[in-house]
Amino acid sequence: MSNEVPLWEVFIRPRNGLAHKHVGSLHATDEVMALQAARDVYTRRGEGNSIWVVPSVAITASDPDQAAENFEPTGDKIYRHPTFYEIPEEVGHM
Amino acid sequence: MTLAGAILELADDHLVLGHRVSEWCGHAPMLEEDLAMPNMALDLIGTARTLYEYAAELEGKGQSEDDMAYLRGEREYRNCLLVERPNGDFAHTMLRQLFFAAFMEPYWQAALNSEDKVVRGVAGKAVKEMAYHIRHAGEWVIRLGDGTEESARRMQDAVSALAIYTDELFEGNAVSELPDRAAIRSDWTATVSHIFAEAGLELPETKFPQTGGRSGKHGEGLGHMLAEMQSVYRAHPGASW
Repeated sequence: MSNEVPLWEVFIRPRNGLAHKHVGSLHATDEVMALQAARDVYTRRGEGNSIWVVPSVAITASDPDQAAENFEPTGDKIYRHPTFYEIPEEVGHM
Repeated sequence: MTLAGAILELADDHLVLGHRVSEWCGHAPMLEEDLAMPNMALDLIGTARTLYEYAAELEGKGQSEDDMAYLRGEREYRNCLLVERPNGDFAHTMLRQLFFAAFMEPYWQAALNSEDKVVRGVAGKAVKEMAYHIRHAGEWVIRLGDGTEESARRMQDAVSALAIYTDELFEGNAVSELPDRAAIRSDWTATVSHIFAEAGLELPETKFPQTGGRSGKHGEGLGHMLAEMQSVYRAHPGASW
């Protein structure tokens, strides 16, 4: 059955103010059933208050063969990290 | 009908259906449903536990919720016949769930105004659970009813098999603390008709509705179910977990 049923990626927002975070995937026939399945599979222990589901086929992924040229050049640019600043507490999540 | 008696009927409905749905655990047609169905079963069993505890307190004979669930025989069970029907195929199970939840959701909605504090408490929690059961089971009824030739046939078979048990949902003597079951019928019919219209299904006229569960007259299946459900507690009386 799972061969015929599309795959969906599930994103959960744990609390208001935070971003939706990828938590896993599941099989469902359509977006309504995907949302219900996501609720049943991924929010059983109070993990969140909002769910997104996205068809897995809609995701475009980076090529692992290009990992070196994509990601390694940032390795020595430590000045891009915001560690040289004090973040005021009022700013909250960043 | 005493309040204790009425609470016991409700508790039995929830435990019996909860146990039936839990029988799917590990056997569902797909992994996602293998979590969805135990979720629903646990909603029902959770409600049953609170209701048994309350019924035991009202009866005042010092019984525990476990005594109520595990030490009564089938003739002492007061659940309606719909909830004890065997699971059958997935279509049967989803339709049974829809029929029950479409009744309980407006029932608990009405019970939110009960003069009884415990009833209001149970209703506040259960009304959201039942709303989800309607959605989940309803979406499946629509997809199976309006799906392939085989799924439509199986859904239609489920309707023919289970429709005769729905009239009993609305039977019973009202107690002042709980909603009048007969008054729930219009809400139930509206919910079911709406879903059936989308599913391409029709609710048949029932010439000979099946009834008797409230007076302990059950189908053959309930005894088998209780024998399994009660076996551990009866083998180890007083065991706790």
